[in-house]
Amino acid sequence: MSDATAPDDTMVDREPDSALAAVLAAAKRSDLGLVVLTLGLIYLGATLLTFTDGLNSVVGLLRTLTFLGLVYALSTLALNLHWGYTGLFNIGVAGFMAIGVYTMGIVVRSPDPAFGPPGFGLPLPVGIVAGMAMASLFGLIAALPALRLRADYFAIVTLGLSEIIRLTLQSSTFDTALRETLGVGTGGGRGMGMPQNPVRGLFLVDGRAGDPTALGAAVFGTLGEGGLGISNNILIGWGYILVLAVFVVAFYVLLERLGRSPFGRTLKAIREDELVADSLGKNVDLIKIKVFMIGCALMGLAGILWFGSQGNVSPSPQFEPILTFYIFVAVIIGGSGSNTGSVLGGIVFAAVLFEGPRRVGAVLRDTIDAPTPPTFGDAVAAADPVGLLAYATDNIAPLQFVLLGLVLIFIMHRRPDGLLGDRIETAAAVDLTRREGGERDE
Amino acid sequence: MESIELLSPAALREHPGLAVVAAIGLLLCVDLLAKLAGLQVGPLGGSLSVARLGSNLWNGLVIGLVIGLAGIGLSMTYSILNFANFSHGDLVSTGAFTGWGVAFVVAAAGSQPLGALVTVRDAGDVTPGAIGAHVLSTPGAIVVGLLAAFAITAVVSLAIDRAFYKPMRDRGGIALLITSVGVALVVRYLIQFAYGADRRGITASVDGDTLATPLGVSVTAHQLTIAVAAIGLMVAMHYTLQRTKLGTAMRAMADNKDLALITGIPAERVVAATWILGGGLAGASGYLYVLLRGTIQFDFGWSLLLLIFAAVILGGIGSIYGAIAGGLVIGLVFTTSTVWISSDFNAAAAFAVMILVLLLRPEGLFGGVSTA
Repeated sequence: MSDATAPDDTMVDREPDSALAAVLAAAKRSDLGLVVLTLGLIYLGATLLTFTDGLNSVVGLLRTLTFLGLVYALSTLALNLHWGYTGLFNIGVAGFMAIGVYTMGIVVRSPDPAFGPPGFGLPLPVGIVAGMAMASLFGLIAALPALRLRADYFAIVTLGLSEIIRLTLQSSTFDTALRETLGVGTGGGRGMGMPQNPVRGLFLVDGRAGDPTALGAAVFGTLGEGGLGISNNILIGWGYILVLAVFVVAFYVLLERLGRSPFGRTLKAIREDELVADSLGKNVDLIKIKVFMIGCALMGLAGILWFGSQGNVSPSPQFEPILTFYIFVAVIIGGSGSNTGSVLGGIVFAAVLFEGPRRVGAVLRDTIDAPTPPTFGDAVAAADPVGLLAYATDNIAPLQFVLLGLVLIFIMHRRPDGLLGDRIETAAAVDLTRREGGERDE
Repeated sequence: MESIELLSPAALREHPGLAVVAAIGLLLCVDLLAKLAGLQVGPLGGSLSVARLGSNLWNGLVIGLVIGLAGIGLSMTYSILNFANFSHGDLVSTGAFTGWGVAFVVAAAGSQPLGALVTVRDAGDVTPGAIGAHVLSTPGAIVVGLLAAFAITAVVSLAIDRAFYKPMRDRGGIALLITSVGVALVVRYLIQFAYGADRRGITASVDGDTLATPLGVSVTAHQLTIAVAAIGLMVAMHYTLQRTKLGTAMRAMADNKDLALITGIPAERVVAATWILGGGLAGASGYLYVLLRGTIQFDFGWSLLLLIFAAVILGGIGSIYGAIAGGLVIGLVFTTSTVWISSDFNAAAAFAVMILVLLLRPEGLFGGVSTA
C-alpha cells in the first residue's frame, strides 16, 4: 500500500529502464501519441482475436470497439468537467443523457410517424440543440438546491433524480399525458425510434439499403462488397466514427481551454478547497451551477451522439444507473482531472473491460470441446473442471462485471489517481511542486 | 420534540420550503379525507374505499418494516465507517439467495434433488409448489432460512470488509463510496453467475393463507410473519445497542470516533460488530422481502438500494430508530401515493420525498440523533 501511494511512483520522472519503457515514456509525454498507441494496442489485440474469421469480422470488431471507445470518451470528458475539475460527485449521468436523447427524439420525430410516438418534426440540428438545452436545464434544476449538500448527499440526489427521470420516461401515464397536452410522446416502456443518422444519408440515398449515393458507390466499390468485401453497414459505421472523432476533439479542446481559463482555475480551486475559493471572493455557488449546466449539456450531447445514432432507445435498460457507473469507472481509470486521461479511460474501459471480455470469452468457448452445463449448480455438481470452464466462458457477462468491480476496487486501493492521475492540474497557474535538481522526496 | 417545533409558525417562516411542503401535505390529507367521505369539492375529493386505503397502509407498513430493517445496517455503516455503502443492496440479495437455499433444503431435502434446492431453483426442474415453502406448511424451514440469511450475510459482510475496506480505513468517504460500487458489482454478478439471471417464484401457495380481513384488508400469513420477524429483530437490535457494552461502544464510535478511540474502545472489534449486525440485518431483510413478494431475482437488492437510502436519509443518517421510521414513511409513500398518482410513479414519489428531505432538512426528519 504505502509504496504504491508514495509520490515517487509516478512514471514520468523516472529514467526508462528498457526500450519499451522508453517508448511508453515518450508516448506519455505526447497526448496524441498516447491515445494512438493505446488504440493501436487495442486494434492489435482485436485483430489477433478475430483475424481467422476474415477481414469483415476484423473491421467490424474494430468498428464496435472504436465506436464504444469514442462515445465513452465523450461521456467521460463531460463527467470529468464535473468530477475531475470541480469535484461535483454527479452520479446521475444516465438521467441527463436520457433527457438529451429523448428531447432530441421528440423535437425531430415526425408529427405523424408510421409507428411510435409523434414528435414536432423539426430539423435535426434544432433537436440536438434542444436536447443539450433541456439537459442543461435539468442540470440547473438539480444544481440550484443541491450544490450546498455534502458530496455524498449530492451523489444520492443526482442518482435519485436520474431514476425519477428514467421512471418518468418509462411511464405510459406520462406518455399519454404528453400526447394529450403537447401532441408528442415518449413511447413509454417500448421506447422511441431515433431519427435517421445523417451519416447514413451521405452513403445511401434517403438511407435506403441498395441505393448508394456517389460517395457511397465509390466507398462501397473499393472497400465494400464490390471490393475488399467489408459489409456496407460497417463502412457506414466507420463514417460515423469519423464524426464522433471530430466531436471528441471538439470536447477535448473545449474542456482544455475551459480548464486553462481563469474560470477553470476557479473550478480547480473549488475542487481543492471550497472554503478558500469562497473566502477569496469567488461566487462558488454561481460557478458550480454554471459548470454543472455546461457539463449536463455535454452529457446530453454525448447521449445524443451515442444512443441517438442507434435506431431505438428505451429507458430500461439503456438509461439505468449502471450506465453512470460505467462512465465513472472510465473517469477513474483515466484519472479524474485529466482530459487526456478521460479520453484514454473511455477507450480502455470500452475495449478492455466492456467489450473485450465477452469477445475473449466467446473465442475461449470455441476452443473448449464440451457441452455447456445449463446452470452453475449442474457445473459444480458434475465436478468436472472442463464443464465449469465451459459454463464460465459461456456466461462471461456476469464475470465481466465481477472483473469490472475488482478493477475499480484495485484502482481505489493501489492507484486512486488512475492511469494519468499524476497529471491532475492544480489550481495554481505555475507548478508548485517543481524542485531543483530532481531530488527524490523520501 | 423537535418534530413538533418544526411545524411552529416561526420555524415555517424561517424555512419557506418546509412551509410549501407542509401546505402540500395538509392539502393531500384534506383530499384524502374528502375522498374517504366520498365528497367532491372542486379538484379535491373523489371516492376511495376504506378497504383500499387500509390495504395500501397495511402493505406500506409491511414493506416499510423490511426497508427499515435493511436501513439499520446502512445507517450503522454510514455513521460508524463514514461512507455511503452502495453494496448494501447486494448484501440484501446475498441474504435472500443463501437464506432461501437453506430454507428450501430444510423444507424438501428428502423429496427433491439437492442441487435444485441449494441453487434456489436455478438447477433442475422443480416447481415452488413441489418444494412447498410456506410459513403455514413449513414454519421450521422458514425460520431456519431466516437465521441462515442473517448468519451467512454477516460472514460475507465481514469477509468483504477484511478484503476490500480494511486496507482503506484511513481514506475519505468518497473513496470508500467508489470502492463500494466496485464491491456491489462483484457481489451482484457473482450472485448472477452462481444462481442465474432469471426471476423465479419462491413461495408455494397454501389454502387459508389469508388469516384475517379487518375492515376488508386482507392480512396474509407471510405479511404477519414479516411484521413479527422484522419487529423482533428491531427490538433485539435496540437491546444490543442500548444494554450491551458492545452496543455502547458502537454508539460511542458513531457519535465521536476520536473520543471513542481515546477512551480505549477497540475500534476494529466495533467495526467487525457493525458489519456482522448491519450485514446480518440486510440479509434477513432480503430474505423477508422475498417472502413478501414470492419471487427472487439476482439484482432485486440493487433496485431496492435507493429506497433504503431514502429511508436512512429520511430518518437521519446514523440513527437506527430514524432508519426504521424512515423505512415506514418510505413504505407508506410507496403504496399510498397510488391514491393520487399512477403506480408508474410510486418509486419516483419515494425518491422525490428523499430528495426533498435532503434539500430541506439534510439532518433527517428526526434531527440527526446519532444511533441513540
